Amino acid sequence: QVEQVKLLDRFSTSNKSLTGTLYLTATHLLFIDSSQRETWILHHHIAAVEKLPLTTSGCPLVIQCKNFRIVHFVVPRERDCHDIYNSLLQLSRTAKYEELYAFSYNPKQNESEQVKGWQLIDLAEEYKRMGVPNANWQLSDANRDYKICETYPRELYVPRTASKPIIVGSSKFRSKGRFPVLSYYHKNKEAAICRCSQPLSGFSARCLEDEHMLQAISKANPSNRYMYVMDTRPKLNAMANRAAGKGYENEDNYSNIRFQFVGIENIHVMRSSLQKLLEVSGTKGLSVNDFLSGLENSGWLRHIKAVLDAAVFLVKAIAVESASVLVHCSDGWDRTSQVCSLGALLLDSYYRTIKGFMVLIEKDWISFGHKFSDRCGQLDGDPKEISPVFTQFLECVWNLTEQFPQAFEYNEAFLLQIHEHVHSCQFGNFLGNCQKEREELKLKEKTYSLWPFLLDEKKKYQNPLYNPYFSPGLTLLEPNTVSFNFKFWRNMYHQFDRSMHPRQSVFNLIMNMSEQNKQLEEEIKELEAKIKQRNGQSDLVLVKEQQLPVRPAPTALKTPPCFKKDQPLIPVNDAVRTIEGSNTADNRYSEFVEEFSKAEPAVVSLEYGVARMTC
Amino acid sequence: MEFAELIKTPRADNVALHRPFYPAVEGTLCLTGHHLIFSSRRQDNAEELWLLHSNIDSIEKRFVGSLGTIIIKCKDLRIIQLDIPGMEECLNIASSIEALSTLDSVTLMYPFFYRPMFEIVEDGWRSFLPDQEFELLSSVTDEWRLSCINKEFSVCPSYPPVVIVPKSIDDEALRKVAMFRQGSRFPVLSYYHKKNGMVMMRSSQPLTGTNGRRCKEDEKLINATLRPGKRGYIIDTRSLNVAQQARAKGGGFEQEAHYPQWRRIHKCIERFNILQESLIKLVEACNDQSHNMDRWLSKLEASNWLTHIKEILTAACLAAQCIDREGASVLVHGTEGTDSTLQVTSLAQIILDPRCRTIRGFESLVVREWLQAGHPFQQRCAQSAYSNTKQKWEAPVFLLFLDCVWQILRQFPCSFEFNEQFLIMLFEHTYASQFGTFLGNNENERSKLKLPQKTMSLWSWVNRSEELSKFQNPLFEANSLVIWPSVAPQSLQLWEGVFLRWNRPSKFLDEAQEEMISIIRYNKELQAKVNALRRQLAEMETDERMQENL
Repeated sequence: QVEQVKLLDRFSTSNKSLTGTLYLTATHLLFIDSSQRETWILHHHIAAVEKLPLTTSGCPLVIQCKNFRIVHFVVPRERDCHDIYNSLLQLSRTAKYEELYAFSYNPKQNESEQVKGWQLIDLAEEYKRMGVPNANWQLSDANRDYKICETYPRELYVPRTASKPIIVGSSKFRSKGRFPVLSYYHKNKEAAICRCSQPLSGFSARCLEDEHMLQAISKANPSNRYMYVMDTRPKLNAMANRAAGKGYENEDNYSNIRFQFVGIENIHVMRSSLQKLLEVSGTKGLSVNDFLSGLENSGWLRHIKAVLDAAVFLVKAIAVESASVLVHCSDGWDRTSQVCSLGALLLDSYYRTIKGFMVLIEKDWISFGHKFSDRCGQLDGDPKEISPVFTQFLECVWNLTEQFPQAFEYNEAFLLQIHEHVHSCQFGNFLGNCQKEREELKLKEKTYSLWPFLLDEKKKYQNPLYNPYFSPGLTLLEPNTVSFNFKFWRNMYHQFDRSMHPRQSVFNLIMNMSEQNKQLEEEIKELEAKIKQRNGQSDLVLVKEQQLPVRPAPTALKTPPCFKKDQPLIPVNDAVRTIEGSNTADNRYSEFVEEFSKAEPAVVSLEYGVARMTC
Repeated sequence: MEFAELIKTPRADNVALHRPFYPAVEGTLCLTGHHLIFSSRRQDNAEELWLLHSNIDSIEKRFVGSLGTIIIKCKDLRIIQLDIPGMEECLNIASSIEALSTLDSVTLMYPFFYRPMFEIVEDGWRSFLPDQEFELLSSVTDEWRLSCINKEFSVCPSYPPVVIVPKSIDDEALRKVAMFRQGSRFPVLSYYHKKNGMVMMRSSQPLTGTNGRRCKEDEKLINATLRPGKRGYIIDTRSLNVAQQARAKGGGFEQEAHYPQWRRIHKCIERFNILQESLIKLVEACNDQSHNMDRWLSKLEASNWLTHIKEILTAACLAAQCIDREGASVLVHGTEGTDSTLQVTSLAQIILDPRCRTIRGFESLVVREWLQAGHPFQQRCAQSAYSNTKQKWEAPVFLLFLDCVWQILRQFPCSFEFNEQFLIMLFEHTYASQFGTFLGNNENERSKLKLPQKTMSLWSWVNRSEELSKFQNPLFEANSLVIWPSVAPQSLQLWEGVFLRWNRPSKFLDEAQEEMISIIRYNKELQAKVNALRRQLAEMETDERMQENL
């Protein structure tokens, strides 16, 4: 516990700050300011802690979080600052899974609830929903004991004609044994999205079993003879891999394949791209042109567009040509997961529901071994393994929700919350790098699943404009990927910088209103029932009553004269509607006045309390 | 001159029309004095397009064999294409359009010929008179007076006949001040902040010249707005450098020595061709869908449009802040005081004054701070983003203002009575209109053209309930507070409703908007119903009780 700590405004060039007390708990860093407002920061969310050079007011400490919160403390005594710094370094770097928050987090669920929570998402059920197994696709037990591929799940769906020797042979020809398996089956088109890792083809190697495997996938689709093979890497990268004995499919060796590179960059490029983006967006007193050129130089939106373009390519192959598609990158757990899951999301409206989105993440990300632990840096490890691959996926989905505001059951808050928990290590879902590892950690017994908690708070994540019958007969989304459609995701990267957001949220308002509509409907039913009941009692007032409802009662709106029940009629969430636009000091233009007010003590200074904002 | 002389070919058949979002359609093209009319021949699904010639910004012709193609680029940024069989016909039509869309004389413009089909409820020319404005002011303060010094536009050609000035300054002094300000635009009241009695004035630059001329009356005039012991701010919309250079040409700025109670702040807001080029570049960037991400972002950046937005908003926020937070009076001027000055004063009022965020209040603001204040609409809006003739006077000054309003509207979506459509409508009418409102460069010209007698006012049309309903914001709930927008680059956005309007289909967004409106409407219905039922139930209860008592 350290007192008299100052929390600085990240973007203000003046020294405006909140003073309060900093507490360190086993799991959180807590700051309580003088007006008793609390800021909680989970240790696992801390990406970096930095001590800046000593200033006259104390020792500055900057904490960067994985959810893009950045806090800037000034600790009065250097000694305290040093202690906090060291403790945070230790606390934020966990060496073993068992020390993660999820293993100590206790949400007061009993055992059966815990088990039920983990059973909420059942992938076998999901494959059944897609329509497999069927005449062409079957469940393979080849990987039941993780013998063929450690990073795949136990249960895999493959073409019926792919025998075990073909599977085994193919897996030996694929990086990390990740042979082609079914990711999504499109019932109407009878076409499939399959995924795998790169072939170990080098410059000339070939593998008959692998060729058979691809042929089996082709043949499992009765409506089209050829299939696409999408290598999601840039061609140059794929060619370079050949020197290491890896590479890509040679069209001459595989019959009836159409091979395509789609050019999504690797995890290292993505990591440094995000780094650049954050540097730009975190600049104080940023000009529009510096922002735009920084955005351009970071390449971030270019990468987002590349991922979505790849998904659009995949979807066209399936929806227009009824062709099956095999997607891979290098290891088939980063870009492949992005493209397969986005493709499915565009094809199948089920994944645009809250439950469906959970299933999609469980299937294409968790079960197929996206290395959440490494990519999110859950344990202290190789920083080069960290990469915002999943964040990019969420951002692509967000872009789609912006283009199709009625197509998704969930809202932005849902995406942000999932992002939050991918890094929080509070729930077991995203711990570890693959299913095998998760089983070894006994996550299902020792930790809780995130999904039931999200479902409990479903109301918060519902899109009030959602229309399940959106564009009837057309479940397919065809996004426009012209560059100007991609926007900087302010609510993600500045989630905690409240002064930047709209001061009134249409979205919250509509959300509350549609919630209120449900209550009102209920109440009308209740009232009507009561009136009916009374009508039965006395026929006298009957005539009068029938006239009444037609008459509008504007005066009664605000204060129904003889009514004293709980008032559900209060205007929807006042805080959202009528907040003053924060204080001027929150905005960058204030500093001009402050500058010369220093020289002129006669001028009143610009300190005002922060008006409440909701974002 | 007869229009017929300009129309070489009044009609062409088998013309194919291509326009954004619709499949090409074949039909007949007719040219009239003011319109280009296209109607498809198909009986079952007759489509018509009426395009005002004055909306045409530029045209291009192309020929493939005998098939001619005319590409028409409109001031509202739309681009349409006409395929006309027959080279001669095509050339004739093209040159007719060219002639008709670039008429020199204002009196030949459509507003002088337009006869409204709607019933006139209220004459918009008389909706926003300075007297009414002054009446409102007199109810809160008696420190100001209405001066008729400019009655015959004899003192200042770009000011309206009546202006509001400090009571303590007589017309004789005003005349002297007028001599000291460029274009005779002496300081006048722009806004009175009821909350603390602070004011915003606007003017043009003082003519100090290199030898630092001064004018006692000018000093007295602006000092008259200060409370004892208080100081004021002068916001000069030019950089210090530009302001200093202006002295060489006889202009200048208020010297500290002569205006000791005033602090000067320089904010650089661009003008004229810099803005026009910015618009041209922005529209070019938006119209090219083949740009990859890097190119799009660098083009967007190179256009500088959002930089201008940020600069204007920042200056306006600063002015508002001085008034509301510092409790100081403000004088705003640039060089002429007809462009950037008006952007700042009008936006500051939107931030400060809830009235300006209503439909009527906003109209009144446009009339007061733009039309009557002498923003030269005719010069500024003569050409839009597709103009290839470089004239010096065009600049999207008012469009930038509307864009800034839109940015604030985005940040405070419930605080405005009007919606985005309202702003887009105003943008369209400033460039091409059947109404006379935006013709002429100032009140003087408008009165010479007899616009109020000879043309219809835009406000007469807008302020009818049928039209108003299109422009109302369903989320509006009067917010009496000052609204401070964020000017961080991350908070500013490209105004898609204007700049991407013809480039990306908005079907899904429009449908979502409709859904939102229906949720709100349903909510109101339910509330009314619940109330009615509650009342009914309560009455029944009372009746019962009475019966029991009997």
